[in-house]
Amino acid sequence: MAVQPRFRRVARFVSPADRGFAAVVYGGSILFAVLIVGLFAELVLGSWPSIVAFGPSFIWKSNWNPITSNFGALPMIYGTVVTSFIAIALAAFVGIMAAVFLADFAPRWLSTPLSFLIELLAAVPSVVYGLWGLFVLAPFVRTAIGPALQKTLGWMPLFSGPIYGVGLLTAGIVLALMIVPTVTAISRDVIAAIPRDLREASMALGSTKWETATRVVLPAARIGIFGACVLALGRALGETIAVTMVIGNRPEISASLFAPSYTLASVIANEFTEATTSVYISALIELGLILFVVSIVVNALARLMIWSVRGSSRA
Amino acid sequence: MSVAAAVARDDLLATDDLSAYYGERKAVGNVSIAFARKAVTALIGPSGCGKTTLLRCLNRIHEVGFDARVEGRVLLDGHDIYGNDVDPMAIRRRVGMVFQRPNPFPTLSILDNTLACAGKGLKRRQKIDCAERALRAAALWDEVKDKLRSSPLRLSGGQQQRLCIARAVAAEPEVLLMDEPTASLDPIATAVIEELMGSLTDEFTIVAVTHNMQQAARVSDYTAFMLADADGIGRIVEVDETAKLFTKPGDRRTEDYITGRFG
Amino acid sequence: MVRAAPNAPSLSLGRRRAYGALGTGLALFCAMLAAGALLVILGYVIVQGARAINWDFLTQLPHPVGVPGGGVGNGILGTFIIIGLATLMAVPIGLLTGIYLALFGRGPIPEALRFLSDVLSGVPSIAIGLFAYAVLVAPLKHFSAISASFAFMMLMLPLLVRTSEQAIRSVPQTVREGALALGMSNFRATVRIVLPTARPAIITALLLAIARVTGETAPLLFTAFGSQFWETNPNNPMATLALQVFTYAISPYPDWQAQAWGGALVLIVAVFVLSLGARLMLRRAMRGLDS
Repeated sequence: MAVQPRFRRVARFVSPADRGFAAVVYGGSILFAVLIVGLFAELVLGSWPSIVAFGPSFIWKSNWNPITSNFGALPMIYGTVVTSFIAIALAAFVGIMAAVFLADFAPRWLSTPLSFLIELLAAVPSVVYGLWGLFVLAPFVRTAIGPALQKTLGWMPLFSGPIYGVGLLTAGIVLALMIVPTVTAISRDVIAAIPRDLREASMALGSTKWETATRVVLPAARIGIFGACVLALGRALGETIAVTMVIGNRPEISASLFAPSYTLASVIANEFTEATTSVYISALIELGLILFVVSIVVNALARLMIWSVRGSSRA
Repeated sequence: MSVAAAVARDDLLATDDLSAYYGERKAVGNVSIAFARKAVTALIGPSGCGKTTLLRCLNRIHEVGFDARVEGRVLLDGHDIYGNDVDPMAIRRRVGMVFQRPNPFPTLSILDNTLACAGKGLKRRQKIDCAERALRAAALWDEVKDKLRSSPLRLSGGQQQRLCIARAVAAEPEVLLMDEPTASLDPIATAVIEELMGSLTDEFTIVAVTHNMQQAARVSDYTAFMLADADGIGRIVEVDETAKLFTKPGDRRTEDYITGRFG
Repeated sequence: MVRAAPNAPSLSLGRRRAYGALGTGLALFCAMLAAGALLVILGYVIVQGARAINWDFLTQLPHPVGVPGGGVGNGILGTFIIIGLATLMAVPIGLLTGIYLALFGRGPIPEALRFLSDVLSGVPSIAIGLFAYAVLVAPLKHFSAISASFAFMMLMLPLLVRTSEQAIRSVPQTVREGALALGMSNFRATVRIVLPTARPAIITALLLAIARVTGETAPLLFTAFGSQFWETNPNNPMATLALQVFTYAISPYPDWQAQAWGGALVLIVAVFVLSLGARLMLRRAMRGLDS
């Protein structure tokens, strides 16, 4: 008499103690799943009035007027995109360079403390970044970086206009600091995972160490590194508090990087407790829904890329 | 030896047309073998022939693995352990197992390890007596009696394995399965455990998988030789009293293996 | 795929070496820049924060605007309470889900759960705050600490689930089989043998999860909302240190701004102590396994 295959799993939980145990374990897991699905459901439910009222034009309309109950998210999307773009541009360059140094050039006694310090950057709370950005970086941008950029590149609309200190550029820099550990740590792992043979082959053909690192190793690791950047981008898109404190919170689209602006996350943070009408609340929740969906897509993309290089270990 | 003969001989443990699978792959095929009561039966054969898989079917540990299943019967005292209403846990309490590498529970003390599945409901004094009996049976008591509360990870490999034997013995099984119990031990520790196996048969029926033919010859009363066929399915080639199998094997393949012509 | 001596005949070795040195220097500069940024931020927080910290600061209630002095005592207490409640909720759910995933490994349902866990780990904390608001604030029509704990629980879950699963999986198969072979039920084997062995890793993950939510502010804005008073009832709005730092920082009062730095210093110390503590535990656990 064969043991029925369907008993394979159940047979492990035959005794009463095991049945109770199985019930509790299943229960906990189901609760976990319900919470996450519920999160999505509540966001959709909450934004439904706004979705119905404004439809897809929500995304490309530019006015944000609580008084007339007319909401268009374009300025927020603009602010989010610009700050994240600045952040990833800065963080990618610095982070990848740092990763190359730590993986291939730094001696042990240097790479360990440096890596440690860079990873600690990730542990600093968002509100502390905001505080520092507001009282240290913003004045610095207003008095030093801003004027310098304007003097040299002021002919570009990007660097024109009054320099307040808070604004897109400052927010971008703070975000860059917040995401650079992600880029560095993952890129360093990806680079270190590139097999030695490749490096040795390149050096054996007469390349210098630097040429090997930039022309052989980096291209080989590019998918994983790109994945690291996308993951970091995902974090930048959702960052709320630090950005709220240094972006100026004005729902306007301006060409200048020095102008104050608004992001999807910071408008929710700023206005949710003041929102009076249900359409207002619903519009803000819809912004949350947009953030949710974007973050899923970006994160899924990132993990796909990192998996394909790193193998089974999850980011 | 047929199952009927096994029953006639009052063997405690026997298999009837037993096959074991990992998913679609058949690892052990149609094995019918009996294990003599209160004796040591050795299971020998080259690597990968399915001896360990066969062993693990005898206490229903095989099915714990992913996608693993069993066909056929295993009779303990005449009753099929794979019957529909049989509780695998009850079987495992009657058929104990010692693994290839010692696996003491790392977070329990030596005493708690020994009593992991024994001494339920006993008072403290009685619990220690129970542990002492098991540890003496495993020839370990004198070496650990002063450090019952300490971590088993401090013991040597041989001592840890004897602890595992004590732990298995404390649960008062009827059969003791041993999967290459001395494979990871040095010669002296090996000798201690081989001696142990002899004394344990006073109470237990032992089935021991071993890689080491000399060990089988030294320790066992009966020996079964197993071989993987052309499809990779493990089958019993022959079973006999150890002395007979090693001096006058019935099957050519057994003779080839014993004389070292392969494996 | 390796291009032979990529720069070969066009540049001299000396030139190439020079570029290499420049490049290496740039890379070193970037690494120092990133590490240096941390030190700069830490420096400011320590210097500015130390000025504001004294015993009163840590133990007193906030004073009204304009009245000097006062502290963040209620914020520190509130942070403990909210995180404590969040831990009580997150650990059972996270551990049980991790146990499920470790025991039932492959298959569509476990994979779906892992996917959901990954999704959750990427959701911005403000969206999670909105969820907590929808579930526990809007229906009850008032802000509460428990809603903040709910949001924190969601933030802690992915790390707990993933680590529990890994920790249980990494208990050697032979230990689990040894327990089962003695006739233990899955329940006893898991609870008495496997989980205790996996405990150090799980505690490490818990410490890291707590470190992460200690600094979280966004969801608090419309769940716990904040308070001027001592509060221990989870059903009421409650002050938290992170939220106080935020509120003080964006206020126009220099007195409050100074206190923001003090609060930031307390936050950083807490987070770093937790993170480093977790690392130390991990290293000790790894060493224990090798012995």
